[in-house]
Amino acid sequence: MPTTITMPQLGETVTEGTVAQWLKRVGESVEKYEPFVEVSTDKVNAEVPSPVSGVIREVLVKEGETVATGTPIAIIDDVGSGSAPSPQTPAAATKAEAPSVPPRSNGQPVVATSSAPLDEALRKASPAVRRLAREHNVDIRGVKGTGNAGRVTAQDVTTAAASGPAAAVGHAPAVPSGTSTYAEPVPGTTIQLNQARRIIAQRMVESKQTAPHAWSTVEIDVTELWKWREREKGRFERETGYKLTLLPFFIRAVAQGLQAFPLVNARFTPEGIHVLKEINIGVAIGLPTNLIVPVIKNADRLTIKALGVAAGELIDKARRNKLGVDDLAGGTFTVNNNGANGSILSAPIINGGQAAIVTMEAVVKRPVVRDDAIAIRQMMNACLSLDHRVLDGYTASGFLAELKRRLESMGPDGAI
Amino acid sequence: MAVTSSETTASSQTMNNVEAVRATLYEAMKSDDRTIILGEDVGARGNVFLITKDFIDEFGPERVIDTPIAEASIVGIAVGMAMEGLRPIAEIQFADFIYPSFNQIVGEAAKTRYRSNGEYTCPMVIRTPYGGGVRGALSHSVSIEALFYHVPGLKIVAPAFPADVKGLLNAAIDDPDPVLFLEHKKTYRLIKGDVPKGHYTIPIGEANVVRPGTQLSVVSYGLYVHWALEATKSLEEEGISVEVIDLRSIRPMDKATILSSVEKTRKLLIIHEDNKFGGIGAEISAMVAEEALFHLDAPIRRLCGPDVPAMGYAQPLEEAFMSSPAQMADAMREMVRF
Repeated sequence: MPTTITMPQLGETVTEGTVAQWLKRVGESVEKYEPFVEVSTDKVNAEVPSPVSGVIREVLVKEGETVATGTPIAIIDDVGSGSAPSPQTPAAATKAEAPSVPPRSNGQPVVATSSAPLDEALRKASPAVRRLAREHNVDIRGVKGTGNAGRVTAQDVTTAAASGPAAAVGHAPAVPSGTSTYAEPVPGTTIQLNQARRIIAQRMVESKQTAPHAWSTVEIDVTELWKWREREKGRFERETGYKLTLLPFFIRAVAQGLQAFPLVNARFTPEGIHVLKEINIGVAIGLPTNLIVPVIKNADRLTIKALGVAAGELIDKARRNKLGVDDLAGGTFTVNNNGANGSILSAPIINGGQAAIVTMEAVVKRPVVRDDAIAIRQMMNACLSLDHRVLDGYTASGFLAELKRRLESMGPDGAI
Repeated sequence: MAVTSSETTASSQTMNNVEAVRATLYEAMKSDDRTIILGEDVGARGNVFLITKDFIDEFGPERVIDTPIAEASIVGIAVGMAMEGLRPIAEIQFADFIYPSFNQIVGEAAKTRYRSNGEYTCPMVIRTPYGGGVRGALSHSVSIEALFYHVPGLKIVAPAFPADVKGLLNAAIDDPDPVLFLEHKKTYRLIKGDVPKGHYTIPIGEANVVRPGTQLSVVSYGLYVHWALEATKSLEEEGISVEVIDLRSIRPMDKATILSSVEKTRKLLIIHEDNKFGGIGAEISAMVAEEALFHLDAPIRRLCGPDVPAMGYAQPLEEAFMSSPAQMADAMREMVRF
């Protein structure tokens, strides 16, 4: 900040002073309280101390010249404060601008990208502007701001909303709350959000933002289980009409694991951790444009065969878009049979309100150590995401160990 | 203006604020024998602003009591009178002198109803002139409202207009609990207005929109209501529309009027003479942030006295402490343009 130094009043009756000698020249630095000019009056000669530390920028009065007290005699750039030069003074403005506009090789100055003011508009949007923009479905970035420094005001938003849907939509589609609107505009087509997509977006954001996710993975040897399924699948399909996948075996083991670790079958509420009596397993089913999680109620009371039928029915209904509200309600834990396309590791997002979710990854033949020898076994990872508010790693790993134990003990001599 | 009246006649009378206080006190003394006025110089001297001039001749020294210079006793005696059925109106000659009575007001009067489980109430008024801008220097300029508005059980009133002075002073006298009645001394003879005849009250806790507007809500009380109104006149020519709310009562505070105004204008400026830190503006600002955040289109702003120990005697120091109508207009303009 530049400080203007004026001719001091050296005595009550003194009205003018003469610059006898400049002790510092332009460009020289001066410490606070260090004399930098000698002033003479008809009463005294005095060295005048600098009120600031800085650099003498300009000397306004020549040696030998007499001026009235209060007249500016010098300007010192205050370096002590470390603040930017004031834009009011032309010299400072030039300095400030120079480094920010480096010339390109062709001599053209760099032009700010068009997204900068748009992002600025979003950053400066007041709570009222944000609320009105949401209510009227207005994209703030498309609104011309009439406020200070181009700020979009609440009035601007209501005006834009009133001027019709074209202006209201702006240049970007409305997005569900919580989704970033800060992306740079890049050419492409926009897929309108259908209701399902909107809900998925909302729930995912909600889950990620409210439940602190932690992850854990176990490796499970499903060689024997695989043999069992191979043995049963032909008969199962003949009797029920559904293909026998590994899913009902997984659900069975999960349900038993939840019985052993009730805290994993719970939900977080502000009043406390609500441990649930029913074990209702949601089954995540991925469709080309959609994700849906129908629920098998009281899964702990069903045999593997019954689970296989229930899962088969739900998957069938989901593919034909025939799932009803009852099919989707009441889930307490979610199983995602994620390995169909070869995935071996996931960090799933917990299904809203539940304490955990587990994925069953691809079954792959791998060399593993068995009795100090290398064996080829069918291995699968089970990945758990847990709501760390509800449970800790101790319980979660206990649950996973139980799951592993149960699945590894399933073998071809069992009965579905 | 909301005026409830028991026997209002059609006519009214032009008065200044000091005359409105005097007329209201006179009617209270006349209409109810239980009314007692006590304080320094309220009797023979007739109060330093001549508010109770000649009262002692008409009502006698037992109802118009000249007290020693002992503010704790003035309020303490009034508390006892009020608890035993009288209707004391205690005067603290200048608000700057109220500190010795702090315990009697905060520790006794405000807690009487609660402490006695409603068996005793404390129907008393403490009147006191406050505020600066009159070259009153360190001990005749202070604003005390923020020291007391934290106290549950105490009502605080600070009217700006003569008609409000009368209506709110009557309400304070009628109130079953203690009321701190603040009179801005610079408005005493400066502000004139029509005052309805007869007895009427204005409910304590109701603010008044003294000027409707659309682009900014200004909340103030006392002298600064008048200066804020003056500031809005100059802005009107620039096409700027400002709503001015006269708080009138500081506690209880009329949240509904403030909130509905802010929801309309989306911007809030609070102006008071008292210093900023922990002042009335802090409470209003917090309340609006809690209850109307998503209506705000600009940061809430407070234009207040500086956080210095007192208002100096020297004219430049006094001017530096006070906010001028021009400064108010600047703040309003900046907020509207934000």
